[in-house]
This record gives sequence, C-alpha cells and structure tokens, in this order.
Amino acid sequence: MPLALSTNHLAKTYSNNLEALKGINLKVEEGDFFALLGSNGAGKTTAIGIISGLLKSTSGEVEINGLNQKNHSNEVKKMIGLMPQEFNFNPHEPNIEILINQAGYFGIPRKDAKLQAELLLKKMELWDRRFDVAQSLSGGMKRRLMLARALIHRPKILILDEPTAGVDVEIRQSMWHYLTQLNDDGMTIILTTHYLEEAESLCRNIAILSNGELVLQSNMKKLLARAKRQVIIIDTIEKVSNPIEISHCDCVVLDENTLQVSRREEVSISDVVSALSEQNINVSHLRSSQNRLEALFLSLTS
Amino acid sequence: MWIAYKTIVIKEILRFIRIWVQTIVPPVITTSLYLLIFGGLMGGRIGQMQGIEYIDFIVPGIILMTVIMQSYANTVSSFFMTKYNNSFEELLVSTTPNWIILLGFVSGGIARGFCVGLAVTFTISFFVEIKIFSLLIITITFFLTSIMFALAGFINAVFARTFDDISIIPNFVLLPLTYLGGMFYSIDILPSFWRALSAFNPIYYMMDAFRLGFLGIGSVELWKAFLVPISMIIVLAIVANALLNRGVSIKTE
Repeated sequence: MPLALSTNHLAKTYSNNLEALKGINLKVEEGDFFALLGSNGAGKTTAIGIISGLLKSTSGEVEINGLNQKNHSNEVKKMIGLMPQEFNFNPHEPNIEILINQAGYFGIPRKDAKLQAELLLKKMELWDRRFDVAQSLSGGMKRRLMLARALIHRPKILILDEPTAGVDVEIRQSMWHYLTQLNDDGMTIILTTHYLEEAESLCRNIAILSNGELVLQSNMKKLLARAKRQVIIIDTIEKVSNPIEISHCDCVVLDENTLQVSRREEVSISDVVSALSEQNINVSHLRSSQNRLEALFLSLTS
Repeated sequence: MWIAYKTIVIKEILRFIRIWVQTIVPPVITTSLYLLIFGGLMGGRIGQMQGIEYIDFIVPGIILMTVIMQSYANTVSSFFMTKYNNSFEELLVSTTPNWIILLGFVSGGIARGFCVGLAVTFTISFFVEIKIFSLLIITITFFLTSIMFALAGFINAVFARTFDDISIIPNFVLLPLTYLGGMFYSIDILPSFWRALSAFNPIYYMMDAFRLGFLGIGSVELWKAFLVPISMIIVLAIVANALLNRGVSIKTE
C-alpha cells in the first residue's frame, strides 16, 4: 500500500531548547485510520503542526503522498485537512462565513464554496445555525464546525488533534460514525486522542510517542494481542466469599456481590462464567476494568 | 491566488461593516466636533490661512487624518485579532502565499480608509461647500496614504503582544504627527527651525498634496510630496513581507 504520510528523522527543538521531537520516522498508509498517541507533552501536537505547515521543523523531512513538503508546499497543503485541538476561528464570524473563507484561502470559488459549506453544515447538523456567530455555539458544535472547516477543501488526509475532547457521548458517537464513513470512502485519517477506547475502536494502526520519540508503531490488532491479561469486574447474583478459584485466573472478592478477575488471554470470558457457574455463582453483569490499550500505553510510556 | 485575495478583502470589509458603530460612527462624530469648534466657533476669529477661509483650510486635513487613522486601525486590529484568537492558522494551513495575505489585509485597510473617509466627507458637506481642485491628486494621495498606514498598522500588529501595544502608536505617534503635519495650520507660518523639523514628518507631505488636490494650494513640490510616501511604502512592504515569511510571532520558533 502506498504511503499517505512518511516522516524521515523529523525533529523539532523550540527556541527555549525544548526538544519536542527527536527524529521520528512515522509511516501512515493511504486509506489508513491511524492513531498517534502519547501523553501530554509527548510531541503529538508538534508533529501535527509540522505536518500541516503550522510549524517549521528543525530537521528532517515530511512526505505526503510521495511529495516532499518543502518542495511541493501548496500541493501538500491541499491534501491535508487539519482539525486542531484548540478552537482557532474568529468567534465573531458567522459559521458559514468561516467555511466559505477557508475554502477561498484554498482558491475555491465562492459559489462552489457555498455549496460545499451547505453540504458540510447539514452533515454536522449546524445548518440552522449557519448565520450565528461561532462564539454562540456549544463546545461540541464548535468541534463539529472545525471538522467541517477541515473538510471544506476536500482533503485526502484528515488530521484530527483531540477531535472529541469535551464532546458529549452522543455527539462523540455520531462523530465516530461520520469519521468511519469518511475513512470507508478512502480518506486517510490520523487521529490523536486521550480517549484510548476511541483509538482502539476506530484505528487500524497506531504509533505511540513518548518524550519526543516514537516508542512504537504497530498494527492495532497485533498490539492488542500483546496484552496478556485483562481485568474484568463481575457482578454476581449470589453472594460470594473467599476463596474463588478459576484456573489461570486471579480472583479477588471486592464485595459480597462483586468479583475482580484477572484472566490470561487463553482463558475466554465464557470459561470464566462457566467456572463460576460450576461454583453456583451466576453472573448478572460484567465489564472490563481497564482498557487493554490503556494498559499497554501505560507500560510503554511510563 | 485571486480568489484567496478576494476572500481576505471581502472578509475584512464585512468585518468593519459588521462593527460600524465602532468603526464608522466615531470618526463622523469627531469630524463634526472639529468643524464645529475649529471651523465654526474659532475659525471666524482666525480668519484666513494661505488666503483661504480657515474652515475650508482644515477640511482636507480632517479627511486625511481620518484616512490615516482608519487605514492603520483596520490592519492593526484585524491582524492582531487573528493572532489573538489563532485564526491566522486558517491562512497558515492554506495555499495562500504570504504576499497575498499582506495585500489582502492592506486592501482591507484601504477599503476602511475609503469608506470612513467618504462618510466624513459627506458629513463635512453639511457644514461647508467642498471644493475640488484636482480629483486625480486627491485620489493618488488617498491611495498612497492609506497603503502606507495600512502597512505600518500591519507591522505594528505583527509585533503587538497585548491590546495596549496596538493603541500606543496611534495615540502617541500617529495623532501627534498628524496634528504637527499641518492639519490645522500652514507650515509656512512656523519659525524656520520648526519648519525644517516638519520636513522629517512624512504626514506633512501627504497633507500638503491632499490640500493641493482640494484647494489648489501647497507648499511642497508635488513630485516630492508623492516620492516620500512611495519610498516609505516600498520599505514598509519589504519589511512586512519579510516578517510574514519569517513567521515572526505567527509561527512558534
């Protein structure tokens, strides 16, 4: 599969001598849904800033769809849509004008820009608010407006920096659905997020940054397969008391109706439920205590 | 590039029209007060200046002062706000070249200078009969003045870090230079030392050419009056474009 994005020893040292990126080599395939993870200050936003043209790199190269960013600046910019982490629009401007202007900056005629803006605002359920100024929107609406703006020039690669931060569950779900649709239509999506379940459910490939270095780049399934143990919380119908024993699992009674079971990957959840049933304990509800990716993330970045 | 330029200009024009109470009304009120106080109440006692009735004499200066302040104010406030709310990133990620961004903002400044200048001229026409000696000289002087001060406002905005930084130069530099540039008097009446000092004030040349365009009287040769702002425009444009290309205060170093 050809690469949508590749960075070659990309480094950034800020004027205050902060080494934000230490020569990272990132590869993202065309059509991928890619997660770029890292704790605060890991270098994600710096990497995104350089890729999208907001920041200058100290050294290294960026290639977008085989084009060198420095030599083909305009072609590269046309291919990228950026939804940054912070709100960065004029809050006193009407929403539709924000989209039309952004299209204009990419050389799209006003007539075409209006049609595209209408399409996107309707998709984002903001059409009724098109003449309102951006500052009157709720946090979730502002995020959707920024997503619409990132898409106004029909980019091939969409870069999302914390797209669902501060967004309620319902809107987050609808944004996930829309992003999946865009990806199914062939758009490459690069996502940074602090919601690891978001990355786990949406992305096929993943890279983890820590202190400006790329500590891992892998296929999501392969990575999750590395998670040897999963901790589940089980609510029981019958009262439980120590000791509960399930082979290859560690069980801890949290209270009289709650068990914590740490299972190895070769033990399925149905094995756990059956083992409990054999001990006359029926399960009313179970849930994962920690996201598998979260556990891996912590082990890789700590 | 033309579309991007048009987009910035339309955006700039819509911006100052949207806030017309802040951008258009105050200069109109100030103008009326100037004419009432300096023209109506005091003008009769002052008599004539360079053979012209005092109220007629101050009209070109009042219009030009409006053009200077408004062209400057538009670029300084608009560009500073795009930095302040980070909306400049909209332009940074786009394919718009830096010189088009500069041209767009400067054109916005010219547009505001023209609109408010026109509104002020219209207001003045209720007080005095406006005489026009040469529309060509007025037009050229207007463009040179508004371009120069729009560029200066842009550079001010690049370096500004706080709201105070965008009001210091208009209040403490531009306004005094305008008043001392012969807005209310002819440089010819000054003692020789002050007359020589005025030659270093670029606004003096523009004021003189503008007055020539309206009233047909001037102290400076016209080519010299045009050369000064043209030279300054060239220098300011080079500086502003270089600042943009280096990403000063818009790209984190």
